[in-house]
Formats: sequence, C-alpha cells, structure tokens
Amino acid sequence: MNNIPQLPVSSWIDKFVDWLASFEGFFNGMTNFIGGIINGFQWVFDILPIWLFMLIVLGLTYWLNRNTKHWTLLIFEAVGLLYIWNQGFWRDMTQTLTLVLTSSLIALVIGVPLGIWMAKSKLFAVINKPVLDFMQTMPAFVYLIPAVAFFGIGMVPGVIASVIFAMPPTVRMTNLGIRQVPNDLIEAADSYGSTGWQKLFKVQLPLAKSTLMAGVNQSMMLSLSMVVIASMIGAMGLGNKVYFAVGRNDAGGGFAAGLAIVILAIILDRITQAINRTKVPKS
Amino acid sequence: MTAKLQVQHLTKIFGRRIPRAEELLKQGKSKAEILKSAGATVGVNDANFEVNDGEIFVIMGLSGSGKSTMIRMINRLIEPTSGKVLIDGENLTDLNKKELLDVRRNKMSMVFQNFALFPNRTIIENTAYGLEVKGVDKDERLKKAHDALELVGLHGYDNQYPTQLSGGMQQRVGLARALATDSEILLMDEAFSALDPLNRKDMQDELLDLQENLHKTIVFISHDLNEALRIGDRIMIMKDGEIVQTGTPEEILTQPADEYVEKFIEDVDRTKVLTAANVMIRPTFVNIDKDGPRIAMRRMRENEISSVYVVNSKREFVGVADADHVMGLIKQKNPDLRSVVQADVPTTSPETPITEIMETISQTPIPFAVVDEQNHLMGIIIRGAVLGAISGNEVTEDE
Repeated sequence: MNNIPQLPVSSWIDKFVDWLASFEGFFNGMTNFIGGIINGFQWVFDILPIWLFMLIVLGLTYWLNRNTKHWTLLIFEAVGLLYIWNQGFWRDMTQTLTLVLTSSLIALVIGVPLGIWMAKSKLFAVINKPVLDFMQTMPAFVYLIPAVAFFGIGMVPGVIASVIFAMPPTVRMTNLGIRQVPNDLIEAADSYGSTGWQKLFKVQLPLAKSTLMAGVNQSMMLSLSMVVIASMIGAMGLGNKVYFAVGRNDAGGGFAAGLAIVILAIILDRITQAINRTKVPKS
Repeated sequence: MTAKLQVQHLTKIFGRRIPRAEELLKQGKSKAEILKSAGATVGVNDANFEVNDGEIFVIMGLSGSGKSTMIRMINRLIEPTSGKVLIDGENLTDLNKKELLDVRRNKMSMVFQNFALFPNRTIIENTAYGLEVKGVDKDERLKKAHDALELVGLHGYDNQYPTQLSGGMQQRVGLARALATDSEILLMDEAFSALDPLNRKDMQDELLDLQENLHKTIVFISHDLNEALRIGDRIMIMKDGEIVQTGTPEEILTQPADEYVEKFIEDVDRTKVLTAANVMIRPTFVNIDKDGPRIAMRRMRENEISSVYVVNSKREFVGVADADHVMGLIKQKNPDLRSVVQADVPTTSPETPITEIMETISQTPIPFAVVDEQNHLMGIIIRGAVLGAISGNEVTEDE
C-alpha cells in the first residue's frame, strides 16, 4: 500500500480555492450585497421596540391561525419572548434571527429556480442530485474555511455557509412539488394553449406551494442549526453565547442561550408552517 | 358536409428504437413482435379518418386500444410519430410551437375524464382559464366564463372551489371551460366515464341539447358502446391501435365488420338480445300424477312462495295451484290437486325476446311459464329476474 502515492486531494482543493480567491472583486461585491441585506434586517430589528416586536409576532401568529385558534401557541410565544428579554438575550436573538432570515431568503431566491429547473430538465436533475447530497452531508464546519477566505469573518461568511448547508431542502421540495402536480392538470394547462411560463405560474407553482413551503421551513430550521457553527467565524448572536459558554465550561450559560435558540426555532417553525397551511376554502 | 378534421396515416410508437419499430410495422409485424424485437409499443397504427363539421364523432375501444393516444395526437399533447392531422386543411404536425399554441387557444378545447379542474382556482377562474392564457381582459373573460357556466346549467357556484362540487357538477365546469373559449372543436376524453350512471345519462342528454344549438365538431372518446350509440353521429371502433370499423350507429349495429365488433354489440342494450331463456329461473313444481296437496303445500313452504307450478309425469305443463286453494283441499281431505289447478297461465317459448313479453310481465301477478314445443315446463320468469338481467346481473341458476 505504501508505494501507491497519496492522491493530493487537499492540495488540489487548496489550489482551486486560491484560484477562486483571485476573483476578489466578485466576492467583495457579494460580501457587500449580503452585508447590506443583513444590515437592513438588523436595522429594522434594532429600531423596533421590544413590545412592538412581540406584538407583531403574536399578531402574526394569531392572524395565521385565525381559523384554528391556537391559544397555547400564543401563550408559549409570549412567555418565550419574555424569557429571552429577561435573560438579556434580546439583541443576540435579533442577530440570530437576522442570520436565519437572510440565509433563508437567499436559499429561497436561489433554491426555488434551481428546483424549477430540476423539475423541467431531467439532465439537470441528474447532475444536481449528487451536488445537493454533497452540500447537505459535507460537515458544515468545512464550509467555514473557504468562506472565511472569500468573505472574511463576521456575519457574511456565516450566512454563506448557512445557505450552502440549508438550501438543498428548498431545491428538492420545489422539484418534488412541481413533479407531483397531477398529469391531467398539466394536460389541461397545455391543451388550452398555456405557454411554459403560464403553466408554471398559473398551475405548477400554486399547486406545488405547500410542498415548496415545507422545503423552505426545512431550510430555515437547518440554517438555525448553523448559528453556533457560524459563531466560530465571528457571526454574532445566540450561537456566540453558546460558543463562549463551551469555551468557559459554563453549563448554565450554555443552556440559557440554547433555550433561547429553541424558543426562536419553535416560533419560526410554527409561523412558517401556518403560512404553509393551504387556504381552506370557505364553504 | 365538409371535413373539419382529417387524420391521415397517423401513427404513434412509444419507446426508444422508433425507426426500427416503424420498419417492422411496415413489414406488417404484430404489436407483440415489435415490442419483443424493438422494445417499442405501437400506440396507434396508420389511422385514417375524417370528422365532419358539426358532428359528434365517437372513438370507442377498450383500454389499451389507443383511443386516448389518438385524441391526444389531435391536439399534440402526444407528438405523433408520423402522419398528419388537418384542421380546416391546415396540417397541425407541421406547426411550430407558437402556431400550435394559437391552434390550441382558438380552435380546440378539451374535456378530461377526471375533470382536471385546477383545485387552487374557483369555478369561474377555472372556466376562464382558456381565455386567461389567451390574454382576454378580466371583465370580458369573467363574463364569457359566467355565460358558459349558465349554458351548462351551473348557477351560483362561481366563487366555490372544485372540491366543493359533486362529480357531475365538476364535469359541467369542465365542459363550460371548454365552451368558454368558443373553439370549434371539442375533444372529450372519456368525459362522462367517471360519473355514476344517472349523472352520465343526464350529461349525455345535456351534451346533445347543447349540440343542437352550438354545432361544435366533437371528438368523443368512450369505452361504452351504449354511450357511443346514444350520442354519436358516427362511431369509430379501435382495437390494439388500429381502426376496426367506422360508421353510423346503425351501420355498426347491423353490419359489424368483424367478430370484435360483434362482441361489442352483444353487450349493447340487453333488452334487444335477451330471450326468455336468458332470464328464466328454476320453478318449484309438483307432479299432478303423483303428488297430492300436502306435498304441494310443503314445497311452497320450503321455498316460501304462495303458488306452485303443476306438471304431469311427462313434465308437461298443466297449470298453477295457489296456497289458499291447496289449503282448502287439505281441509276437505281431498287428495286430488286437479280441481284447484288454474290453467290460464301466460306461457312463452324460450326463444322469445324479453322486449316482447316485458309489458305483460309487468302487468300480470303470476310469473310467466316458459315452455318448449312439447309443452314441457322449462322455467319461469319473475319480474325481478328480468330487471336484474337488463341491468347486467344475470340470474345464476344453481345447477
């Protein structure tokens, strides 16, 4: 075995990364763009008074669940947000929320067209499937290394790493949702002379909506799972608190911040699921 | 009459090695051989027919006969392998994408077996779909859609969703959607097959009523010959991707082209072909030369009936004895059944078609006796058995 030379995989990838780094202008542009989105979200969260923020979350939850009346969820959200405020995690929570919303938004904007493309083209689907598997199973830490090289440290590389890790469900579920549209509806759309775009926007996407939104929900949860990892490269927020607690062997502090992440996760999950619930036709 | 739609040498082969399959097809190889040696399935083979302006043309066949493929090649939902589809003389198979869209938008519309309504759209939005993709502005398309819904008899459901409607109503919407675009050709793919029999009949009537005023050219796919005979001006029968016979209902019924068509026709309207022998059941009878009133009474009790048929030792039909009279004999201790036998029972021969005796059956309380030329009692016909046979549930004799 010893005489077979080791494949220089790591040096190839290093070279590739170095080569990519030569597109500095491009990466700087992207950093600025993503940084802009992050700052935008953060600015909104910073000027919102805490009571108004809570009111918006509770009001949104109430409105989305107006047919089912989930009182327990409203109580949970109120108590949970008060807990975060009480523990002094409010700003950290909004930073984490910014990270999650930014990466989910980017995952949505990139992932949905990719999913549509996969549904339309068999070839692209075949090529893209292993890529998605790769993105999702490669340990998320690994993305941090080149991300730092291209985007420096801070929130932006955290967002990039989160997008790569969290995007696959959106792509997959968009693809699945479109493929699941019953064939006779496609035939109906075609037989009345719909163009490809008309079919997509009038029939396929509306019918794929709930599957697609399930993918978005998944992506959001995955990007939330990245917050601690992203904190290792300087992303601020609740993840940072957990990361510091690990460094100081501070079990109490770690759990207190971890609990805040759980609360945020549940709130985001329930809200996106409620959006997802298809409109019940009034009878 | 002019041909609105002409289909010439239309062929569809599914599979990979299509040129090879085409070659084999030209050599006259069978479907099974082609599947075996080229791995390709022949959907439709060299179909030729014309549909006249304003007629209802029914394509019928069993599943796998290629009828669904055929109708989908007419609007190119399925691309033909070879051949032509001409509408008003214009060949559809030559059209580019944009021209094809134009034809689909303006010249023909389709109604589907399982309705294919868009679940995310209201009834009126579904109906207006064809106009919407055409780019008709909102007010006008909603007005046209509303008119189309009125035409098919749907009032006040405009803002409901398809799932809120029954199957029959959903297919009315499907029909309205097809009518809303004002296209001259309607392609109806087993449009009424998913409906229950009563609804189906209503829809057939409705289509015929509409057709009286609209004079559309309709290509209607069906697997039900009764339906084809009811609504079709002409019928084309397909089998294994080939056209077996094309003709008026009368021609199909009177001059079936081959055994396959004959078999189809046998199934049609059972009252015309069912005879007394098909529907008679085994009677309960006593032998007047041997059995007395007590035996007769016992037979009646065993079978829970109120009268018994009477034959002699040669099994020749004598008449009927009813329970009251037989009971009287037993009380009088009279052993001879003859005095109570009623001889004036309606009889018929086994070959008599049911249609001839139907009216009498429905009026007389006593079942018909079926007797052969030697006056032997073969069986009896009760009302229930006739209705059962007509509806397709043959009476099974416990042989």
